[in-house]
Amino acid sequence: MSDPTTDRHDDQHESSSQTPRRTTYGGLRKQRIDDLATAGTVDDQPGVSLIRSAWQRLRRNPIFLIGLAITVAFVVLAVIAPWIAPWDVTARPLLDKVRPQSNPVPGPEAGHLLGGDDRGRDLFSRLIVGSRQTLIVGVFATLFGLIGGVTLGTLAGAVGGWVDSLVMRIVDVMLSLPSLLLAFTIASLARNPSQWTVVVAIAIIQVPIFARLLRGSMLAQRSSDHVLAARSLGVRPRAIVFRHMLPNAMGPVIVQATLSLAVAIIEAAALSFLGLGNPDQRQPEWGQMLGLAQPYITEAPHLAFYPAGCIIVVALGFTLMGESLREALDPKTRR
Amino acid sequence: MIRFVVRRLLQMLLVVLVLSMLVFAWLRSLPGGPVSAMLGERQTPERRAALEAALGLDQPLPVQYGKFLQRAVQGDFGVSTKVLPGEDALDIFLQRLPATIELSFLAMVLAVALGIPLGYFAARRRGSPADAGAVIFSLVGVAVPVFFTAFLLKYFFAVEWNLLPVSGRQSTGMDATRVTGMFVLDGILTREWDASWDALKHLILPALALSTIPFAVIFRITRASVLDVLDEDYVRTAEAKGLTAKVIRGRHVLRNAMLPVVTTIGLQVGGLLSGAVLTETVFSYRGVGEALATAFREKDYPVLQVLIMAAAAIYVLVNLMVDIAYAIIDPRIRTR
Repeated sequence: MSDPTTDRHDDQHESSSQTPRRTTYGGLRKQRIDDLATAGTVDDQPGVSLIRSAWQRLRRNPIFLIGLAITVAFVVLAVIAPWIAPWDVTARPLLDKVRPQSNPVPGPEAGHLLGGDDRGRDLFSRLIVGSRQTLIVGVFATLFGLIGGVTLGTLAGAVGGWVDSLVMRIVDVMLSLPSLLLAFTIASLARNPSQWTVVVAIAIIQVPIFARLLRGSMLAQRSSDHVLAARSLGVRPRAIVFRHMLPNAMGPVIVQATLSLAVAIIEAAALSFLGLGNPDQRQPEWGQMLGLAQPYITEAPHLAFYPAGCIIVVALGFTLMGESLREALDPKTRR
Repeated sequence: MIRFVVRRLLQMLLVVLVLSMLVFAWLRSLPGGPVSAMLGERQTPERRAALEAALGLDQPLPVQYGKFLQRAVQGDFGVSTKVLPGEDALDIFLQRLPATIELSFLAMVLAVALGIPLGYFAARRRGSPADAGAVIFSLVGVAVPVFFTAFLLKYFFAVEWNLLPVSGRQSTGMDATRVTGMFVLDGILTREWDASWDALKHLILPALALSTIPFAVIFRITRASVLDVLDEDYVRTAEAKGLTAKVIRGRHVLRNAMLPVVTTIGLQVGGLLSGAVLTETVFSYRGVGEALATAFREKDYPVLQVLIMAAAAIYVLVNLMVDIAYAIIDPRIRTR
């Protein structure tokens, strides 16, 4: 933050957000003059790192805090789920209440807060335990996509030349296809569909996004001063790539990963809905529960509402967190 | 301008060619190969051998790929096995296409008509409660799976309140003349207004559900883009010249802010195909998406092959049109 022009730019954004109700263009102009006058006094202390200053902004951002709270609650729930669920998820305590003709889905009663599903299993317990599989699908799909994308992006960004051209052509073709359609196609290829075919299908469509993103930020690193300094000191190319460029280029990738978690959970639900997901019902998963609820839309819509509500809240949590992280790390949108 | 279009057309051809290779490789990699996929449960060793010879599977791969391309260019993708057994796969796609065009068009019109004005006003009132509310609404819009939006709309508007039809494209017993296969348009062309109105009623809920994703994205891009442009020097210059707010808004702010929005709209049209698979399934709306969903579930490979190639080709074509629109809006692009 030693460059005075960037400081002034940041400060303009800072001030303009403090005066939200500027309805005339003239108001904007006055604001700019005021900004110019205060440009020397920047609230970022000298020597504060990007991550540190980002955190200082995030700490005061209610949107980020809501997202963080939802995410933490979800992860904690997923970890402790088997111990707090009142019923075993494979047990069918309400089986004798299921009447295929008159009452296919047992309603709530004592001991069963939300009633049962169409097979007489306790809905509340399955919702709690379902958080676990949903977390696993989201995290692993994002993780595999991240690993694939980071490998390709590092290769393209660090080696350059024909390797870069080849990798980017592949990535561009993949990006030129509607991604969800690609995931459906990959999932429908699987001979034995399972939770892991869903993970792989979603991971593959994440790869080009991560690859392109990392390549872009690697290229920006390559021409930066600290890399030039390392090179002139005679640091080995491999060490430059892994110790100097990669760690500094990871910021946007981490942000994208947070957003990808939300996308992965929603897309896993879409795959389950189309019947391309995990056919094994013993371990519940929210997307799968939503898919299984479709035949009962008129008689028991709550069977769909609960898992869908869970998916929406968790996806919203990751999205809120990811979007505010992106804004905090992006110098252009700093507020 | 012409050179620009020709260059982009060649690029597009390359992408479609790469795609055809992928689809070819994909069909070859199916469990048991294409023969098993086509014969399904009816396979015997004799039938296998006969079909393999007929399909030229005993020949080298490049020759096979050439033949595959040749058949594809002639529109021969094989016969449906599950969606409509015995029907030509390409015919199924062509029959279903007008329904999906109609649905996507209305969804896109809704998304643009709501997204751009809302994005503009949110940007002008940046930081106000209305702006914050609109931003949060658009974030929620992204977090809700599109098929659940469809499910909710169907449950409340069709099942609970009984305001609109539950599913399908037209009421049973409706005898309408077909011209284009787009039911609303057909009614207008033949002046059968009741048929048009009936088709529109069937169209509203699926289109509304489908429009949520492009709406959220268009809204956010418009807002961000208008915010950027409001800070530009030329807007200040226009003010300094004493131009009226109306002229500044139309000629300086909106026109420049529309560039990223146009790109986004184009990209979203491609995304509509994925959304249509889910929305059409919820509403049993017989379009390309519903056929795709069935083909995926039932593993009807000839139909999948046509639909995927066609979907990708449409997507690439839309991107090309976006680039051309871009060049018209921003003359600087043409010289690059």
